[in-house]
Amino acid sequence: MKKSSILMIVGAGLLLSLFYFPLWNIELGAPQYPIPLGMNIYIDGIKGVGEFDLQNIDGLNHYIGMKTIPKPEQMWEFTVFPLVVASMAILGIALGIGGYFNKVKPSFFLVWLIVMALLGIAGMYDFNLWLIDYGSDLDPHAIMKMVDAQGNPLTYEPPLFGHRKILNFDAYSYPHLGAYLMGLGLLLTFLAFVLGTKSKKQ
Amino acid sequence: MKKYITLSLVSCLVGLTFISCNKSKQNNKGALSSNAAEKVYVAPGEYDEYYGFFSGGFSGQLSVYGLPSGRLFKVIPVFSQDPEKGYGYSEETKPMLMTSHGFIPWDDSHHPDISQTNGELDGRWIFINGNNTPRIARIDLEDFSTAEIIEIPNSAGNHSSSFVTENTEYVVAGTRFSVPIPQRDIPIKEYKGNFKGSLSFIKVDQQSGEMDLAFQIQMPGFNYDLSHPGRGKSHGWFFFTTYNTEEAHSLLEVNASQNDKDFIAAVNWKKAEEYIKAGKGKKMPAKYAHNKFDNATHMATHTMKEEVLILDASEFPDLVYLLPTPKSPHGCDVDPSGEYIIGNGKLSANLTVHSFTKMLDAIEKKKFDGEAYGLPILKFEDVLAGVVEQPGLGPLHTEFDGKGNAYTTFFISSEVVKWKLGTWEIIDRKPTFYSVGHLMIPGGNSRKPDGKYLVAMNKITKDRYLPVGPDLNHSAQLYDISGDKMELLLDFPTIGEPHYAAAIKADKIKDKARQIYKLDENKHPYAAKSPAETKVTRNGKEVHIYMTMIRSHFTPDNIEGIKVGDKVYFHVTNLEQDFDVPHGISMLGANTAELLVTPGKTETFVWEPKQVGVWPFYCTDFCSALHQEMQGYVRVSPADSTLPLSWSLDDE
Ligand SMILES: [Cu+2]
Repeated sequence: MKKSSILMIVGAGLLLSLFYFPLWNIELGAPQYPIPLGMNIYIDGIKGVGEFDLQNIDGLNHYIGMKTIPKPEQMWEFTVFPLVVASMAILGIALGIGGYFNKVKPSFFLVWLIVMALLGIAGMYDFNLWLIDYGSDLDPHAIMKMVDAQGNPLTYEPPLFGHRKILNFDAYSYPHLGAYLMGLGLLLTFLAFVLGTKSKKQ
Repeated sequence: MKKYITLSLVSCLVGLTFISCNKSKQNNKGALSSNAAEKVYVAPGEYDEYYGFFSGGFSGQLSVYGLPSGRLFKVIPVFSQDPEKGYGYSEETKPMLMTSHGFIPWDDSHHPDISQTNGELDGRWIFINGNNTPRIARIDLEDFSTAEIIEIPNSAGNHSSSFVTENTEYVVAGTRFSVPIPQRDIPIKEYKGNFKGSLSFIKVDQQSGEMDLAFQIQMPGFNYDLSHPGRGKSHGWFFFTTYNTEEAHSLLEVNASQNDKDFIAAVNWKKAEEYIKAGKGKKMPAKYAHNKFDNATHMATHTMKEEVLILDASEFPDLVYLLPTPKSPHGCDVDPSGEYIIGNGKLSANLTVHSFTKMLDAIEKKKFDGEAYGLPILKFEDVLAGVVEQPGLGPLHTEFDGKGNAYTTFFISSEVVKWKLGTWEIIDRKPTFYSVGHLMIPGGNSRKPDGKYLVAMNKITKDRYLPVGPDLNHSAQLYDISGDKMELLLDFPTIGEPHYAAAIKADKIKDKARQIYKLDENKHPYAAKSPAETKVTRNGKEVHIYMTMIRSHFTPDNIEGIKVGDKVYFHVTNLEQDFDVPHGISMLGANTAELLVTPGKTETFVWEPKQVGVWPFYCTDFCSALHQEMQGYVRVSPADSTLPLSWSLDDE
């Protein structure tokens, strides 16, 4: 049980890496941008990969009428996400410590994991809603109004995951270090549950 | 199964090694037979191995080429106005071209030299001389633009310049024409004894690069043609060739070619420093300009200096020694070890090489052969290291490959000759097309030349390219010198006269090349760092427009309330913070050039409208898909109009 509790503490603790490392990364490359412009999405805001990338993405997006990339104070998510992540990490660590002193059953680890997974899925869903809004809620006075072959207005949302061609840009969207560390953390908490259950049975 | 994979992997590896071994063998053997085109071909999107900086000669500029491709990357404006970039036209850059004679829009740029540390090129700065109105410029190799220009007083035809010592302690400038010092109204016939030469030592601040004329050595009234610093063992000395030791003042082609030998003047600048430390030397009044460009304010300042410290060489017997050198030597070149000083006597049949060690020995033993104006003359035989016999006609310049070979250009016989240091034997010769002046080996003026390429810079182009009328751009020729025999690879035209050049491995500078200026570091007093800061103000007849530019509009783009007779300053800030997105601006009827404003910079041009009407301005650099829409109007009302100033973008 001690071993599994330590795993639980470490796994939940890894959530805190989201305060340092980006959760997601979107890159935008084009013939004129052989070094792609990029944005890193953190739980508390969006930052450019290069110092002026956000400014330059906004500058290009104004031609097609996209809104500027939101500042932290413009989206409730950037206030709520850090609170949720911090709370979950503290809760998970507390459960681990409880387990270490045999005060908490391993099944609580699983409950924590399921809650965390549900929150994660909700977060992804919300993120995708924002992407769609960002890419399709366009200024009616946009300089360039592009339509597809059927005459429908083009939308420009970057993909949630993978590659999408947006006009002259190739957009690539993938999880970043923070997400990988969180994933590892969740895996560890699952192991904690499995090992803990085994040791209880013995 | 696994076994088979391992086996085939191993055999692949063996195969690869075999192939690559085979290839390297081929390369060694095939230096002569291989294709010249292949050697200079740099595929699209790939980079050249070297930056080559070619002086523009009578264009007054410095151009940047890639080597070995010979592709032109940029022309850096230095001593001449450049309407392409607004240099010398914008209010910010006009002070760069100020001198003690007022604003001068042109000069003749000759010898670029790259800064050094421990005798090796370090790529911090490149210096170049203006010949006609004596000046030295420093170009910053971070943004490839002219950072500073200092005028040289008491000098004329600033030719034996701008060479740097091996730690960039000094940039040295020597006068070609001797003149009365100080300048005064005397008959030209009284040249002899009354005209003087001066050798200027300009201190370089190792942090900022800022130049300061530390001292001048006053010399006899000879012509000081070229110079090079000592290095290694001869570090602390500087060598200057002289001609017209006859001190003729007219028909020099005859009268300055009479003496059998002229001199190489060996200057002990460390000694000069000692004398100055001891309080020797005279401060003399002199008026000379010092112009600096500030990358924070994006403006140049012009100040006048008032005095210069002079050491009269005739008063200090151990400061300068004269080495007799046959027949009006032109180039003065020092080999990488610092031992050999080559005097390229342009009217001599042979090439004279002096030995630094022998020179020191002769000085110590005081083996002098008379003196000239108090300067001891050493005996020719005592300092001679060797002679390259009958190498060609009209030797001008010598450079080195760092492998014990020297390469000398011959103007009259139009060729480059390779010879061996120490044995003085001739190894190879190749024609040049035509009448070669300088030659350049990357790092040639340093302890570590890079003996892979040689560039010959020719004075006559004639039939090398399609004819384009009576005047032709001069031509440069690239030779492969990695083998025993030189091989001509490429021929390319250059800007103006490629008088001399310097080259450096691209790796040493390419990664520090600036991409933008940061807007939040912009300290220009008239900068508008956002559209909210734009405005138009009036002070009597002076109007200042604080304008911004970003893809693809100006803010403001409609301006009214300007009157005939106003002096309108357009202060334009490029808000872009993206690499390679400059915007230009030009105004119909403005008596000046466009501005080309790089990201984050503020620049200013002046427009004095003379006619009532509505006049457009537009972006001159194709910046974006809507570049053609990047335009605006200024309404000009009669001089007595009472229309107030107003400005807007999108009627807001
Ligand atoms: Cu533009």
